[in-house]
Amino acid sequence: MDLMKECWTGKINTVTLGATEKEGGTRTSQITVGGETALPFLFKEGDIPHAPVIAMEVLDAEPTDWPEVLKKPFGDALKDPVKWAVKCVEEYKARLICVKLIGTHPDFGNKSAADAAKLVKDILQAVKVPLIILGSGDDEKDNTVLAKASEAAKGEKCLIGDATEKNYKTLAASCLADGHNIIGESPIDINIAKQVNILISEMGFPLDRIVVNPTIGALGYGLEYAYSIMERARNAALLGDKMLSMPFICFVGQEAWRAKEAKATSSEHPEWGDESERGPLWEAQTAVAVLQTGGDILVMRHPKAVEEVRKYIDSLMKKG
Amino acid sequence: MALSGLGIYKLLPKTNCKKCGFPTCLAFAMQLAAKKVSLDKCPDVSQETKKALESASQPPIKLITVGSGDEKLEIGNETVLFRHEEKFYHPTGIGFIIEDTSSEEDIKKALGEINKLDFERVGQRINVNIVGISCESKDASKFQVVVKTVLENTKLALALVSDDASFIAKALEASKERVPLLCGATSANYKEMAKLAKDNKVPLVASAPTLEELETLVKNLNTEGVEDIVLDTGKKSIADKLWDLTQIRRLALKKAFRPFGYPVIAFTQNADKFQEAAEASTYVSKYAGIVMLKNRDPWVVLPILTMRQNIYTDPQKPLQVEAKVYEIGKVEDKSPVIVTTNFSLTYYTVEAEVESSKVPTYIVSCDSEGMSVLTAWAAEKFTAESIAKALESFGIKDKVAHKDLIIPGYVSVLSGKLEEASGWKVTVGPREASGIPVFLRNLTK
Repeated sequence: MDLMKECWTGKINTVTLGATEKEGGTRTSQITVGGETALPFLFKEGDIPHAPVIAMEVLDAEPTDWPEVLKKPFGDALKDPVKWAVKCVEEYKARLICVKLIGTHPDFGNKSAADAAKLVKDILQAVKVPLIILGSGDDEKDNTVLAKASEAAKGEKCLIGDATEKNYKTLAASCLADGHNIIGESPIDINIAKQVNILISEMGFPLDRIVVNPTIGALGYGLEYAYSIMERARNAALLGDKMLSMPFICFVGQEAWRAKEAKATSSEHPEWGDESERGPLWEAQTAVAVLQTGGDILVMRHPKAVEEVRKYIDSLMKKG
Repeated sequence: MALSGLGIYKLLPKTNCKKCGFPTCLAFAMQLAAKKVSLDKCPDVSQETKKALESASQPPIKLITVGSGDEKLEIGNETVLFRHEEKFYHPTGIGFIIEDTSSEEDIKKALGEINKLDFERVGQRINVNIVGISCESKDASKFQVVVKTVLENTKLALALVSDDASFIAKALEASKERVPLLCGATSANYKEMAKLAKDNKVPLVASAPTLEELETLVKNLNTEGVEDIVLDTGKKSIADKLWDLTQIRRLALKKAFRPFGYPVIAFTQNADKFQEAAEASTYVSKYAGIVMLKNRDPWVVLPILTMRQNIYTDPQKPLQVEAKVYEIGKVEDKSPVIVTTNFSLTYYTVEAEVESSKVPTYIVSCDSEGMSVLTAWAAEKFTAESIAKALESFGIKDKVAHKDLIIPGYVSVLSGKLEEASGWKVTVGPREASGIPVFLRNLTK
């Protein structure tokens, strides 16, 4: 019997987050993702030089719709994003922090670009791991907020997003000027994903500083769409499509915690079992699916889910 | 894997004798490939050709049935490596092992819990499928008694787990009508196990620690006359198991490698609940036909079953509900009317939120060809005209004494046009279904 090993010609780009003193930044660690020349965890037919990483999510405004199970591990830190970030790094061993500037959204607090920039500076001061910085999703506001945030983090080699097909120029220009990586977002669509990468790269953006957000759904809530889009994109990349050869970032926590099965208490649904375990597991299982289709950076919320997915990644990376 | 006309031609005598009724062997081969004629028409065909064509006409991965009746489990007969290429057909069976050394009371309790792992999600039943009974007692009579207890207390499919054929034989006496999965054959016991599987017409697990040894074992079982096989590559790390599962699937599909043309069973190695769930979901997404678990807490099993449901959904055909008016709760003529699409996930999410609001409500599910609200709107399958038409054809105006319509927040832009097209007054509802309970309660205040 001859085994069937795929000989891929393509390779996923290697993207590095965080600049240490040597690179002109103030981070004390870096994160490198990508570089795969095989499908996820098939070590016998290619290189998987960098393990997928988990970023813990920090919001600039106290979350209003989080269930108790999710709030509990953070306690009062939810009111103070700097404390929250410190807690993630010190207590929950996060190697990467994702700051989401949701409070700058006109409908959710409308914080100013200056507030956002200050927060980014404060977090950079308080934690020394690399940062991911996200806007609020309001295009107009993001264009001012992210420009300021990018400037505030100049030289730190953050990952900033999201650039979309209709709104990428301002962000790409900022990231270029300030030396950051960029996230290109597409709505579960492989062609748009490619288009966004082309548009960004046409502005002179190096391909190895782009990460793709394929916009996933939670387990049970459309997960399979992103699962297959990611699988298709990863296959195309390994076959040599340079415009799809970017690492994936997946917003696992934000999606998983919208699921009823993650949020509902056991008094509402006794047949589903204890929510203090069920919620984190729902998040962890969403992570498992995206890891199996090539997720490189997972943005997650619950410390228990983070810990368990980290263990899962470690056990896979032992290569048997 | 099916042979092409040319592939079949190579196996024919190539004499163009016309005895088959066709002018040339090639013409006959083309008809054979199109399955329009039978090979019997050729009087000179060799035995080898017959065998080759027979095996070529079989599916690349054999369909295996475990159990009988409504709860039988069918696995295998898969055709692709990636679900986007077509779809995955036979959802992974999820099961548990019960040891025969447990007390009768514990066994009944366990079965009660297992039977309850039966849920409904987006209009589909998702449940566990198989119970394995493992002979730890090394006592055939005891094993048989426990098998009987299990038979009486669950309708799920069964697996008999022991590497000693004499124990399995005794258990089969009590359970063969239920077509249990024998678990299983190894290089040491395959002759005895093969005989039991053949005599009782039940499927058999072939278990070997490496792919090479598995190939030999399956060939030996085939020689013994066993054709209903489930493959197992033994205890492995997750990464190694992933490799085995991938190799078996690739070789069966891409190389028509017959010894691996069967579904695979995987036993989780992690006892920790989180890690076990992650391991199980890995095997569900990557080709396992059966996954046997240790833990059975509903919070562990529900996400695994949900993963299976997601992975085995037909990517070309999103799940849809019938487009019609649904009455949630004790509706009356002043109950609110909500409109949404007929994509199952959308509809059931809305329905669940309406239910939890405790406000009796009509939900008008419009035919959006199974697309979600935003997708359908973008594809012009959820438009002012189509909603107006649905309202008209479902006769909702005869059910209520008002003309107030609630539309999803994401399509607020439809409001004006929809009012014009339908004559209903449009209120824009929340963007996310989770906002529905508060919205409905405020509405009726």
